[in-house]
Amino acid sequence: MTLTFLLNGESVALRDVTPTTTLLDWLRETRGLTGTKEGCNEGDCGACTVIVSDETGARPLNACILLLPQLAGRAVRTVEGVSGPEGQLHPVQEAMIAHHGSQCGFCTPGFITSMACAHLNGERDHDRVLAGNLCRCTGYAPILRAARAAETAPIPAWITEDRAVIWPEIPSGGPAGRGADSPPSSLHPRCADEAARLYAAHPQATLIAGATDVGLWITKQLRDLDLPIFLGGCADLRKIDISDTEIRLGAGVTIAALMQAIAPFHPSYAAMLRRYGSEQVRAAATLGGNIANGSPIGDNAPALIALGATLHLRHGETRREIPLEAFFLDYGQQGRAPGEMVEAITLPRQPDRLRCYKISKRFDQDISALLGCFNITVNEGRITAARIAFGGMAGIPKRAQAVEAALIGQPWTEETITASHVAWAQDFAPLSDMRASADYRLDVARNLLMRYFLEDQGIATSVLEVQP
Amino acid sequence: MTVARSLPHDAARLHVTGTARYVHDIPSPRGTLHLAFGLSTIAAGRMTEMDLASVRQSAGVVAVLTAADLPQGADCSPSAHDEPLLCTGDVHYHGQPLFLVIATSHLAARRAARQGQVSYEETPPLLSIDAALAANSRFEEGPRIWQRGDAARAIAEAAHTIDGVIEMGGQEHFYLEGQAALALPQEGGDMVIHASTQHPSEVQHKVADALSRPMHAVRVETRRMGGGFGGKESQANAPAIACAVAARHTGQPCKLRYDRDDDMVITGKRHDFRITYRAGFDDTGRLSGVEFVHYARCGWSQDLSLPVADRAMLHADNAYHLPAVRIESHRLRTNTASATAFRGFGGPQGMLGIERVMDHVAHTLGLDPLAVRRRNYYAASAGGGLSAPRAARPPEGISGQMKPQVTPYGQEVEDFILHEMTERLMDTSDYAARRVAVAAWNARNPVLKKGLALTPVKFGISFTLSHLNQAGALVHVYQDGSVHLNHGGTEMGQGLFQKVAQVAAARFGLPLEAIKITATDTAKVPNTSATAASSGSDLNGMAVKAACDTIRDRMAACLAERYGGAPDAVQFSAGHVQIGTRCLSFAAAAKLCYEQRISLSATGFYKTPDLAWDRIKGEGRPFYYFAYGAAVTEVVVDGLSGEYRILRADILHDCGASLNPALDIGQIEGGYVQGAGWLTVEELVWDAAGRLRTHAPSTYKIPACSDRPSVFNVALWEGENPRPTIYRSKAVGEPPFMLGISALMALSAAVAAFGPGYPSLDAPATPERVLSAIARQRARADA
Repeated sequence: MTLTFLLNGESVALRDVTPTTTLLDWLRETRGLTGTKEGCNEGDCGACTVIVSDETGARPLNACILLLPQLAGRAVRTVEGVSGPEGQLHPVQEAMIAHHGSQCGFCTPGFITSMACAHLNGERDHDRVLAGNLCRCTGYAPILRAARAAETAPIPAWITEDRAVIWPEIPSGGPAGRGADSPPSSLHPRCADEAARLYAAHPQATLIAGATDVGLWITKQLRDLDLPIFLGGCADLRKIDISDTEIRLGAGVTIAALMQAIAPFHPSYAAMLRRYGSEQVRAAATLGGNIANGSPIGDNAPALIALGATLHLRHGETRREIPLEAFFLDYGQQGRAPGEMVEAITLPRQPDRLRCYKISKRFDQDISALLGCFNITVNEGRITAARIAFGGMAGIPKRAQAVEAALIGQPWTEETITASHVAWAQDFAPLSDMRASADYRLDVARNLLMRYFLEDQGIATSVLEVQP
Repeated sequence: MTVARSLPHDAARLHVTGTARYVHDIPSPRGTLHLAFGLSTIAAGRMTEMDLASVRQSAGVVAVLTAADLPQGADCSPSAHDEPLLCTGDVHYHGQPLFLVIATSHLAARRAARQGQVSYEETPPLLSIDAALAANSRFEEGPRIWQRGDAARAIAEAAHTIDGVIEMGGQEHFYLEGQAALALPQEGGDMVIHASTQHPSEVQHKVADALSRPMHAVRVETRRMGGGFGGKESQANAPAIACAVAARHTGQPCKLRYDRDDDMVITGKRHDFRITYRAGFDDTGRLSGVEFVHYARCGWSQDLSLPVADRAMLHADNAYHLPAVRIESHRLRTNTASATAFRGFGGPQGMLGIERVMDHVAHTLGLDPLAVRRRNYYAASAGGGLSAPRAARPPEGISGQMKPQVTPYGQEVEDFILHEMTERLMDTSDYAARRVAVAAWNARNPVLKKGLALTPVKFGISFTLSHLNQAGALVHVYQDGSVHLNHGGTEMGQGLFQKVAQVAAARFGLPLEAIKITATDTAKVPNTSATAASSGSDLNGMAVKAACDTIRDRMAACLAERYGGAPDAVQFSAGHVQIGTRCLSFAAAAKLCYEQRISLSATGFYKTPDLAWDRIKGEGRPFYYFAYGAAVTEVVVDGLSGEYRILRADILHDCGASLNPALDIGQIEGGYVQGAGWLTVEELVWDAAGRLRTHAPSTYKIPACSDRPSVFNVALWEGENPRPTIYRSKAVGEPPFMLGISALMALSAAVAAFGPGYPSLDAPATPERVLSAIARQRARADA
């Protein structure tokens, strides 16, 4: 198989690629493009940010956890390609110089690519766009000044070239192998049907969508993957269907796409996702991956459980549906048979009563110490329905059923909330770890119900909405 | 003049285009081998067996070295010769390097390094301050104690007293570029090292030692670091030594860069401290006596812990005159990574102790903490002489006092300008009105509370090991008039190279483009000190000035002789040389001097004058001068979760006559955010087995973009250094870090709004610590 993509405007065709090679290592070690830096090798610092474009647009991605096969048929632009062919500086580069936005300079290439991508997309929420780029020198202030200063500058022609590529003409190839007789080293299905068939036939395989989690198996755990199945070619897995009764989200929907799609219906969910990873991570990570990896601290599951989501699983041609909360059995254990994949999530349409409260040490790009999602219906002053789910409070994303029971039928008052106090300890016995102690988790979980109540009464509870 | 101008960083264009080269970007010769350490998996005990067969069999492995292969020991310590590169039997911390893998790729080395089978005889690790105290595990024979006056008596006789304790966590440097080195073996056993280090001379020294070669056989080059912050002062030794011994072993170039997790586990961090205090004061909050006990957790080796702990003691006064004071300092040895230099070098910890006292005193008396702080400020300097250029007026209540007050270590504070600076900052930040507004806002809001705090910084400038206060430079003028500039300082992002180039350009009257900035190189300038203690531009700027002036004087003498007139009347400006009525381009003048056989190359040297220091007695004049600053921070805190945001910060900082205001403001903004990060979100967590649980950015959180204050006003104090420093500028690297203390004090103020009593908020004030402090306030309110 030949893997073809554009690199800084030039076509690259690679044969016999080891499928777990990261773009970062390939750029630096094979290609000699050392502008892209390795800061953490786990997608948390953004020093390796590159711009990746396809027919859906341009997005920043972390090259350290981006595997070469994920680039098939796409265009990559590194910091070296942000300047023009004659060495002309991009407006964000000019602005970073003029506003003293670099000091040691090591994070700078990643900032430049993030900023150039945002500039191309007309993004002006710089705090959001740059949340995934860490800088230890500047305190960010001059970088923000530079980003603002470059907002209105015209987009340079060379940056828009990637858009002009006629995508279907870039072949991405079928199964990759090391010659005709050897078994394939990775698989590249073109649709959900093919993916389901291949996975059922190769249950030992590893499904890779965004690689924001699997990437760490490679870069940090140094694991060998038996047979990666890359799902990037399955456009049908990325579909979002909204009907009068439900919202159907394909497993391949990225967190970025989900954030946009869900905002009109459940703005608090979208606001929480704004703090999920970073721009780079949200552009790569998928809903299906976040569910399937079974993490007790994945931020989507609690929100979806609180909304009464249904999980759609598929093994070959066999499909089944289960309530999402039934999927999470125990720590590290999910109700998924070998070779069975997550195909979609559906949510019933409902009036928006959902609030998602993410608690972490750092506001942006931090794994939740706990995440509380509350979906409480109040009619004429009485609680008529309650679905409450938490992440970070147990070995799995978990519903607070005792608390729900303590609330349903009761008046929507502070007394009811206080009376639910004991129910929390029935629902949860959290652990202490480097993110928070068990006591803090339980105390704050309780307090978040109070936050929901007070917010309902119009009392200010969010530090984010306070002005100096 | 090229000085005092806000020119961009010299490498700004290289940074933004990705063409600035760091160690790992240097194209390495074919056959370059890659290294990785195998690490201990226990915190304390003895290795009983190390089976490395599967390491050696791992794909791509060329060789594996253990301590037995290093007859010279390959010591990495900057101080006590107590840090063998590889474990010699006793395991001192979790993550200690045990063996060194040499392989054909970085990945192959990392994979192999995990294959070691090591058996241990474990002993219970000493992890905490209490455990180390109980075991009397310490550096030095006992605590260092400095005192001035009779603090115990002053406290006993005071109208009011407080006592308390503050715990403050350490801090990971998180330089974006991890530790990295490349060794290139030369003919005859010589070695060239490219290292990401703040201290090339020490790398040279330690590599020479490890190779049993004289220092002249080793050349170390450092063009730039991707961040240092003190973390590459001594911690860069090990990777460079590892590369050198591996290169000698294999005869091939060897490269080592730590993966981020390895970096965070292996290398030292800021010392965490516990400080206990007792203070006596009057009704106005004026202190009469203070006692501090510092407990510093130093980790397994001595490293730089003694001077760090000394500097903490030296900043126990911060900006305040302490009439009677006793400071006791324990340097505790623990089974954790060896704590090391980090921006401020103990100063922040010592300073936080007295700022806590000020906050606590004010709270006890129900006064504005700022009033208490100002009440205790050192007396203003007495106009003229060494004082600030602006007419300084005496502070309230002690007018008429003209003699400088002395620090706890006996140095007169002759340049104190914080009275005026504080007044200005109160004015520009609208402090008084905002304090009223915050109280009113808090009265209206049951769940959220705001806090506002202004804290000052007075930071001593000079290495406390006095002989380090020296620097050298090497300057060449070529016959085309272009200038090659070299000095002993290293560039880690602070803009040192640009500032020094501005000095050189100013001395020759040349545009900056005429000056070529070159990599720090031990073969050009020998016996350099670390670029540390904020001293980079003070020391190297002066050394470069001396070198430039030597060449300039030679040129002037030559030109005066040729064209007539006095040498000191020859003018160098705007790229030209003016001799009487004749005007030559600088290039023509250089060519002419060359043809007249004038040496156009010179070294320059500088040593800081007037220093005298006895660290055992704690007496003398360790600092050439003080740098000052003040910050006002406003925060909002959530009483349900402990979450908070920094809403606004206003800073006024003293850089003397700034060599480059833009670069200095960059240091101030960055220092503040890093300092606030230390005291808020940055939390190091070790488990009961001594394993660091926060060893990657996924678990250790430095401030992100949105954590900066949403309103962030930074201004420079307009003044000159009364001391004759380079163009009367002041050092700026470390002092602004401590402006971040205002964030913790603002959080303390916000927490105090939830109930009666003093919050005693420890650091880092994570949301969990804040909520727990709020719970204590509420419990007192309910009681």
